[in-house]
Amino acid sequence: MSSVRVAGTGLTSFGEYPERTSRDLFAEASATALADSDVPRDDVDAVLYGNFMGELSEHQGHQGPLMAEAAGVTAPATRYEAACASSGMALRDAVIRLRNGECDVVLVGGAERMTNLGTAGATEALAIAADDLWEVRAGMTFPGAYALMATAYFETYGGDREDLAHIAAKNHENALTNEKAQYQRALSVEDVLEAPTVSSPLGLYDSCPLSDGAAAVVLVSEAYADEHDLDAPVAITGTGQGGDRMALHDREYLARSPAAREAGEQAYADAEIGPEDVDLAEVHDCFTIAEVLALEALDLEQVGEGISAARDGRTTPDGDTPINLSGGLKAKGHPVGATGVSQVAEVATLLAGDHPNSEYVEGATTGVAHNAGGTVASAVVHVLEVVA
Amino acid sequence: MSENTESDGERTRDAGFDDWLDAARANEAYSLVCEAGHHSLPPRRVCPECGSTDLTEEPLPETGEVETVTVTHVATPSFEADAPYATAIADFGPVRLTGQVVEVDPETVEPGLAVEIAVTTSETSGKRIVGFRPVQ
Ligand SMILES: [Zn+2]
Repeated sequence: MSSVRVAGTGLTSFGEYPERTSRDLFAEASATALADSDVPRDDVDAVLYGNFMGELSEHQGHQGPLMAEAAGVTAPATRYEAACASSGMALRDAVIRLRNGECDVVLVGGAERMTNLGTAGATEALAIAADDLWEVRAGMTFPGAYALMATAYFETYGGDREDLAHIAAKNHENALTNEKAQYQRALSVEDVLEAPTVSSPLGLYDSCPLSDGAAAVVLVSEAYADEHDLDAPVAITGTGQGGDRMALHDREYLARSPAAREAGEQAYADAEIGPEDVDLAEVHDCFTIAEVLALEALDLEQVGEGISAARDGRTTPDGDTPINLSGGLKAKGHPVGATGVSQVAEVATLLAGDHPNSEYVEGATTGVAHNAGGTVASAVVHVLEVVA
Repeated sequence: MSENTESDGERTRDAGFDDWLDAARANEAYSLVCEAGHHSLPPRRVCPECGSTDLTEEPLPETGEVETVTVTHVATPSFEADAPYATAIADFGPVRLTGQVVEVDPETVEPGLAVEIAVTTSETSGKRIVGFRPVQ
């Protein structure tokens, strides 16, 4: 099977841009990615694009062709929706299309506009990633759902809010060098513990912010990269997708993410690597507890031990496996439809040595990107490796 | 947002779900069970575990136990006046349910608390919601 190369990446800064439309954000990210790739627009065979709440935030459905237009590309386009895993799923399909020979060049990305809804409106919009009848109508919010998992985790495996606060502090520290990050400011463990409660045990700083932003990558077949002599040293060598029951209460475990485990096992097997080979990862830390569940699902931490990983320095930049060197969703921001592709862009840049935090992972060859939808009823995992 | 006010008649019913709420209000809450013994919640025509289409209603135990809980301070606009409120997942044997714990200080609700189903209404919207009441 020929490998799939990352030829170019493009991210807008993540932050609050209430007056910028998704099409404007994606136009910027895709232009950056295409310029970075040295691939002419005419060679793009397909545009695959992730977006979650466009109908609610911009009264805009059917965003595929709109975004191809924004990118200046005439290729056919499709929108993917899988809540916060929307563009991760788009990327997985791009990999499959490139592998099976259907395409040689795919522009894949995502965008989200959230802050124009305000906190209340965005909270309402995010909640629809849960089961409307049995969860949303009982008053469950998105932070509330992760809070239920956090309480269940503490009850089952131990740990406390202070352990979680170390994760937030770590990810904010990592974002200090990332000029695209929404928050380029440090956050102490005390800051996190003293913040107002959103949904106990989670406080304001256990949560990622509301973000506007877009991400894009240009993926090409190995043959195309060779033929055009592209500078594309990083390949996507593994892909996997997992699923679970929609409502949290219908799952076997309240404090584990089997969908992410399934996605990770598939991706590792596909790349013919194991968790011990992973040098760095970007995982879906929409809430601090989500990073814990992700690390355990990916076998980067034993079940019940992920809670102490940041506190004990295993996932900090100097640790064995640095996690979320970009700042993660927590500090870099979480424009939900853009997040999955932005994680892959960060891993590719870190491995290529082009990231301000590449110094922490010098010589790294293998990275993982983990993107979760809702309360992880959807999960997609990719393995990236330096191949050239 | 649609105006699903609870003054019955104005609201479009969701078959299966509203039927379940009616039953729960009459203390006759149930789960759906297939011939292989998998339980699930309506509305459903197929067992999500095995695909069986032969589903029958079976009464839920009267008492459940809180497995996990959160007190939500930042609510959606649909629950603004209800905040802060406790949302819990409670184990009723063959199924779990998500609901708001009522008639108690939300901050005192902890895993292990014994509860019964108490269909209640949102202070904000007047809509019916699945609730739990501590068992005396
Ligand atoms: Zn069954």
